Amino acid sequence: MEKHINAPFDKKQVKDLKAGDYVYISGTIYSARDAAHKRMYDAILASEYSDADGKTLYEKGVIPFDLTNNVIYYLGPTPAKEGQVIGSAGPTTSTRMDKYTPLILSKGLNGMIGKGKRGQAVIDSIIKDQAVYFAAVGGAGALLSGCIKESEVIAYDDLGAEAIRKMRVENFPAIVVIDCQGNNLYETAVEDYRNSRT
Amino acid sequence: MRIIKTESIIDVVKDMCIKANIHLSQDMEDTIRKAAAEEDSKLGRQIMNQLCDNLDIAARDEIAICQDTGMAVFFVNIGQDVHLEGMNITDAINEGVRRGYKEGYLRKSVVSDPLLRVNTNDNTPAIIHYDIVPGDKLEITIAPKGFGSENMSRVFMLKPADGEEGVKEAIVKAVMEAGPNACPPVFVGVGLGGDFELSAELAKKALTRKAGEHSKLPHIARIEEEVLDTINKSGIGPGGLGGKTTALAVNIETYATHIAGMPLAVNMCCHVNRHVTVVI
Repeated sequence: MEKHINAPFDKKQVKDLKAGDYVYISGTIYSARDAAHKRMYDAILASEYSDADGKTLYEKGVIPFDLTNNVIYYLGPTPAKEGQVIGSAGPTTSTRMDKYTPLILSKGLNGMIGKGKRGQAVIDSIIKDQAVYFAAVGGAGALLSGCIKESEVIAYDDLGAEAIRKMRVENFPAIVVIDCQGNNLYETAVEDYRNSRT
Repeated sequence: MRIIKTESIIDVVKDMCIKANIHLSQDMEDTIRKAAAEEDSKLGRQIMNQLCDNLDIAARDEIAICQDTGMAVFFVNIGQDVHLEGMNITDAINEGVRRGYKEGYLRKSVVSDPLLRVNTNDNTPAIIHYDIVPGDKLEITIAPKGFGSENMSRVFMLKPADGEEGVKEAIVKAVMEAGPNACPPVFVGVGLGGDFELSAELAKKALTRKAGEHSKLPHIARIEEEVLDTINKSGIGPGGLGGKTTALAVNIETYATHIAGMPLAVNMCCHVNRHVTVVI
């Protein structure tokens, strides 16, 4: 089913998204890949964070943006030319973020955009914490670049392509691959295609 | 003997880096467009069409086809009648990469140490394979390699008794395990024979073959076709979301090997199979 959604989004929106939905995302999302994940993960573990005082990790200065209800795009773009918002900007392989993802999801993240399979621990966390995993088309970096209307490095500038960017997107095309019930399109779509051929 | 000044290579390499990352060669582009037209899954076709549009946008806006502009991998064939004069040729190639990745707005994706992981900020050093060949020409091929697919590559130290069936099974296994991670549709580069490291180098070299060409060895050409057919019957499809276009080619390069072994390397490459060759 085709859907237009806005980011960030709440748990109600998460529940409405089903594996196989073709979505166009508009709103604010954040880029983070391997090195930025490691840095946030290490900072959270080192912080001995407790939410007893009602303050978030972001409010306490542990991580550079509030994970609550937000969407992370696994992206390290090419540099922007003069007059461009951002360079080529397709998804990177999500599996490499699996080590860090359960902790990040437990702190309120609602969506991830990447490509490729996720491990069982991530799928379990997606169900437990009620989140959604989208795939964008790998290798379509020039096309996806056009959906990013604003981009600003907000943290970890020293990481270059791996810095955290706050981005405004319009009609960014993605496919719901793993929904909050644990349905996994990578398994069902290939199976359905095979069955349709026999 | 012919003298080539190595300083003259710098700008050639710079231009090759930029061209390879923005424009796919015509044979590769034709292969992708043909597969898009023939894909029979609805979502698969939608994804293939996005990839075709992506190629158009990259060319129009002179922007990299994919944000992973890779490690700069080179195959350099030096004619034995060439005398290289001036700076070290490796330094010249790296200087070309440095300038190309900066001036072409390409991503700097190289860290200086695998564990310390500090970005070199200029995409050097390149990976350069040198070969000495007959003649008085210098042939340089660049094949920038993204790591989404590189990470899904495998080396299998097969036994002679595994035979043709073992070869086919191992290649198919590598592609199935790669699944959606390698950005299908993929090109599958295979090195068969040699030893441990030569098989891997042959697998990478196999990816630089012109699209649509098969091995000149009839028994290998047949295996290429049969394995491609098996892979495309898997249904993995574009983006790993179902369809008949899982691989666009299986290219196998072979070399003599030891009586006790049959090394097999599978180098996965996404559909952005970039390479440019210049002869000086």
